[in-house]
Amino acid sequence: MPRYSFQLNGENVTVDVEEGVRLLWVLRDVLGVTGPKYGCGINVCKACTSHINGKAFNPCAVPVEQVTETDEITTIEGLADTVPGDGLHPMQESWIENDVAQCGYCQPGQIMTAVDLVRRVRAEGRAITDADLDAIRNVCRCGTYSRIRDAIRDGERAMQ
Amino acid sequence: MSPRDDDLTPHEPAAEVVPAPDAGSGDGLSRRRFVGYVMGGATLMVAADLGMGGSRAEAVVPLPSVPQIAEAYDLNDFLTQCALPTSNLIAIEIREDGDAYFALPRAEVGQGIVTSTAMIIAEELDLPLERVHVELAPARPELLFNQLTGASNTTISTYTPIRTAAAIARQSLLEAAAISLGAQVDSLVIRAGTILDSLGSSLSFSQASQLAAASETREVEVDLEPPSGNSVVGTHQRRTDAREAVTGAKKFTLDLDVEGALPTMVCRAPDLNGRPRALNNRAAILAMPGVTHVEVIPTGVAVRAATFGQCIDAIRAMDVEWNPGTVAGKDADDILRELRAAELPLAAPALGALSVEGNFVFHFRSGSPLEPNCAIADVRAGSAEIWSGLKSPIDAQGKVAKAVGLPQSAVTINVVTSGGSFGRKLFSDGAVEAATASKAFGAPVKLMWHRADEPRQGRVHPMTTSRIRATIALGTVATFEQRHTSVTTDYTHGLGERITAEASALPTGLANQGFAQTIFLLTQELPYNFGVVTQLLNESNFDFQRFNTSSVRNIYSPEVRVANELIVDQLAKRMRRGPYEFRMSFLKSSLVKRVLKRAAELGEWGKSMPAGTAQGIAIHKEYKGATAVVVELDCRPETVNRQVRDAVTGPRVTKATVVIDCGLAINPLGVEAQMMGGFSDGMCQVLSYSNHLVDGRFLEASWDNSAYTRQWNTPLEFQCEVMESDRLEPGGVGEAGVAASAAAVACAYARATGTMPTEFPINFRDPLFFEPKSFVPPVPESPTNGLDVVS
Repeated sequence: MPRYSFQLNGENVTVDVEEGVRLLWVLRDVLGVTGPKYGCGINVCKACTSHINGKAFNPCAVPVEQVTETDEITTIEGLADTVPGDGLHPMQESWIENDVAQCGYCQPGQIMTAVDLVRRVRAEGRAITDADLDAIRNVCRCGTYSRIRDAIRDGERAMQ
Repeated sequence: MSPRDDDLTPHEPAAEVVPAPDAGSGDGLSRRRFVGYVMGGATLMVAADLGMGGSRAEAVVPLPSVPQIAEAYDLNDFLTQCALPTSNLIAIEIREDGDAYFALPRAEVGQGIVTSTAMIIAEELDLPLERVHVELAPARPELLFNQLTGASNTTISTYTPIRTAAAIARQSLLEAAAISLGAQVDSLVIRAGTILDSLGSSLSFSQASQLAAASETREVEVDLEPPSGNSVVGTHQRRTDAREAVTGAKKFTLDLDVEGALPTMVCRAPDLNGRPRALNNRAAILAMPGVTHVEVIPTGVAVRAATFGQCIDAIRAMDVEWNPGTVAGKDADDILRELRAAELPLAAPALGALSVEGNFVFHFRSGSPLEPNCAIADVRAGSAEIWSGLKSPIDAQGKVAKAVGLPQSAVTINVVTSGGSFGRKLFSDGAVEAATASKAFGAPVKLMWHRADEPRQGRVHPMTTSRIRATIALGTVATFEQRHTSVTTDYTHGLGERITAEASALPTGLANQGFAQTIFLLTQELPYNFGVVTQLLNESNFDFQRFNTSSVRNIYSPEVRVANELIVDQLAKRMRRGPYEFRMSFLKSSLVKRVLKRAAELGEWGKSMPAGTAQGIAIHKEYKGATAVVVELDCRPETVNRQVRDAVTGPRVTKATVVIDCGLAINPLGVEAQMMGGFSDGMCQVLSYSNHLVDGRFLEASWDNSAYTRQWNTPLEFQCEVMESDRLEPGGVGEAGVAASAAAVACAYARATGTMPTEFPINFRDPLFFEPKSFVPPVPESPTNGLDVVS
């Protein structure tokens, strides 16, 4: 069976898995990393959103052979370790502060998207707008969208 | 007797505004005495009877004909009454660590009952919230009806029993501490889980619990104090699982690691409810990477593999022969014609200028939460164990037992926190299918439905029509008739037996009603003084074998209210009154008037709006409370036609205001959350969210097809106020936000466009905004371009 290696939440991992298996299943079914959730499997619901080399991506749409040994993948489980200190990431704190989650199923993906959005607009030298928030594609079937918007704006302020 | 005002204390004379706090009802400010138990054990365990909650059925008196049934005796009274004959205990344990532990016999699906239950216990025990641990109880067959999570009934029915148990625990701890400290019980106080006497000596809950432990179970009495001080109950508390939710630590069914339970999925028919005849390439499927088992089961062809991705690949490679489905060849309009033919006649004649009429259509829509149907099953020779998010776990236990040929007592059902429900998880479809597959394979399975399976083969809100005729005479509304006609709603999740059992106890002739009619009559109430009011339901064909329906969040109410409130606006217009003023003068419930007035203030009702935009206002009364919603809707072309990639945009709610009086709000922050979610639901079912039935198949297959509310539809401004209530008992909130939200959006659309919409969602007849995905194979391939397509 083929063997693939990459960086996952700061550690080197190697998995034995057939070519073509999407990274979501490598994370969840092979490695037991269950923060990224299945909601569609076709890159439309965004429940599995994670980061690759600091940018948001959806592992349900990436065959395992497309990641390399040097690719750094961060799931919700590793997000807090991307900032200094022992605490959570400021976006996670903002999520708790705003009591965003209801069932919580989509929220790991929502948070990973939010962090990426802040980074993207920062790179463009601007702040988040309503249009940016409107363009977020993550589904929340509990309908927590308004609190998500509040949490992202608070998280944006808190992110250094 | 004049028409009743509120339904707050059905067995007591109604008060004009809210019931006098102590009208002798037993619900007032006076102490109430309850009986509970101290259980034998090494640490303190106390129990109370779960059947003691809510209104007492024997106190319900026959009603005059004018008020509607739901006014005086509603679904929650019924659910609570159903529980009464079941004398069953719920227990709170104070363990060695001094913390309180409680297994809630309900399902947490996001509605926040774990948090609010912990708050009730923390309040009663003066114990910090983080030291109260609430878990979900497994299926407890002895609880019968009393382990069903639905109709926003959890807090209504469990509030008093849980308080009673907690109060007994408190009393027992204090009595033990008094002996130990040599003090009078009355001189002791509890501060954050430590018992203090007036001299400064103290005893921890941990110590007191061991001293209070009883050698044998005994009955005790306890007084429940009226809620006062409210150090926890009534405060804004964040969810107790908030940290787990944001760190990925929160475990859902699919995240559980049960030994040997490999990913399993099912290849389903192209037709709705089509059944498999044969798998033609079994050997080829078994030879595919990762695949361990494949078997034909009643609902399709099940495959087990090392990863779900390999299950998807296997499904796509299957060559299966199918029988036709249950509505083969039928389109939405065929079903609509059936409903029209089944509509019950209206009684009042059409009176031309004196009549206001509407004939509304509401299409099928998926009730699926984001977490798809899923369950882990381990079926052995003499036993079976299931893990799943189940709101009717006892029903699931029975159905699993039947499916795998075991006695019910040999089936263990573990209730797992769910990723949403919306009525969906009243059914045990996933659990039964998982058990069936596990038995067929002779191996444990972790079964998951593909997203495409959910709208196509999963539970839907039934298609309904609602016909209304109101007549005006002598300057007032003289009659208001509503005929609601629906594809049958499936209630076979374990309610049926109880309904039969309890039917003779129902007031006002309900015993003669079918089950759906009973639910309808117990939930629907038109809270206006409109003369002769009749609201009737006809579920035309009792065909829940044909469609997979369920009582989707708020059941009939969103459709009923949309139809009602649109006609109310028409009546107001005909009588040259404003929508708000008209409602205020015709509403008979002061409870509703109060929330309406507040919503109008907060939502700035009547403010000047540009052409093509409008406000909408609507009310709803259910779950022992009332809601009012004001929205601002933008229907200008530049907004409706705004472009977001692969998105259904359309009219935009720019501002939404929701006001609720839900009685005692245990956790107002949680109530606000439920109103926000209810608004998201109500809005999209009016504007964009439905299933299209074409040729016996639902076209929608994923979130790019099903236009549920997304960020680009979300109100730019959302506010919710949970009004201080004078009532001392909690109402229901999980579904309470949907109906008035849907109605307010519909009313705003009518006012902004000058045309009353009659078919919902309003975009149903638009050209399809998506290319339907393939039916054979029934699941789409996962893309491979995820590194390029980022957002």
